Amino acid sequence: MADDARERDDGGRPPDDEAALAARLRHLGDRLRHVPPDAASGQSHIARPAADASAMARGFRLSSELVAGVLVGAAIGWALDHWLGISPWGMIVFLLLGFVAGVLNVMRAAGVLPAKTLDPPR
Amino acid sequence: MDPIHQFEIKRLFPIAHIGATEIAFTNSALFMLIALAVILLLTLGATRSRALVPGRAQAVAEMSYEFIATTLRSTAGPEGMKFFPFVFSLFMFILVLNVIGIIPYTFTVTSHIIITVALALLVFFMVLAYGFWTHGLHFLKLFVPSGIPIYILPLVSFIEVLSFLSRPVSHSVRLFANMLAGHITLKVFGGFVTMLGAFGLLGWLGGLVPLGLTVALTALELLVAVLQAYVFAILTCIYLNDAIHPGH
Repeated sequence: MADDARERDDGGRPPDDEAALAARLRHLGDRLRHVPPDAASGQSHIARPAADASAMARGFRLSSELVAGVLVGAAIGWALDHWLGISPWGMIVFLLLGFVAGVLNVMRAAGVLPAKTLDPPR
Repeated sequence: MDPIHQFEIKRLFPIAHIGATEIAFTNSALFMLIALAVILLLTLGATRSRALVPGRAQAVAEMSYEFIATTLRSTAGPEGMKFFPFVFSLFMFILVLNVIGIIPYTFTVTSHIIITVALALLVFFMVLAYGFWTHGLHFLKLFVPSGIPIYILPLVSFIEVLSFLSRPVSHSVRLFANMLAGHITLKVFGGFVTMLGAFGLLGWLGGLVPLGLTVALTALELLVAVLQAYVFAILTCIYLNDAIHPGH
């Protein structure tokens, strides 16, 4: 009798509990399914234009750093050729050095090369 | 229709003659004066009430102060604050000139390389002068990296010098090229609208596309104008940092 009753009780209760649990799980699953895409898309909507703009500014900054190095090297080389009459050696040497300086500028600007390591000790 | 026409310098009236050269008051000078008036209005006029709870204009003035002060402190340290008036003037001048340039029928002063080169060289020579004035010949340590073997040291320091010399070039060309390219693009797309409009109804419909693009580009140009003023200011801070702390 008691066993029966308990069995009935046990048999009666778990399906209820399981149903409630399953319902809560489903509910949670639904909520989880709904929340992340919303949050993610909201975030990307906000972040996208700013990221693009700063990426553009960054790209432009890096390219102008490289070009500036090469231009300065070329200008010095041309001037030396002109004044000392050593054409074309000034242009060759200084264009290459200017290219190196431009790459150095780019690495500094990009933060690949920490500025501190190439600066003298404190 | 000519996209370059907007950058033409017009003489408004002559001021003085130096030898055979006429010094004229141009539209460029006029817009610089307008920018100056706007800045004065913003910084002096808006902060006149000195309200504890700032109004709209005062909030803008305070925000721009805070913005530059924070940037300068974080890049050049607390000693950099002695350059605050310089950096703030530079930033506000470029910002206001850039933003004024977006308004139709105005002249964009910063789209002329002579202006940006002058500003960049001002920063460059200020870094040199302040560096040599405070550190003397120790300032040259900026070009001598540590931990480099002696046999390649001359080459490396030479490259450092070239890198230093290329700073005003990239500093000025960046601002100039951004403003020039943006304004030419705007003008070209604006020109498409009128050109397509000449083809009748179908042309008018087709002209909606470049018209929409012009609106979008104007928003982008506003962003670029603010961004480039900020970039110019922050690079000035970075360069001044070299003059203040050459050996660290």
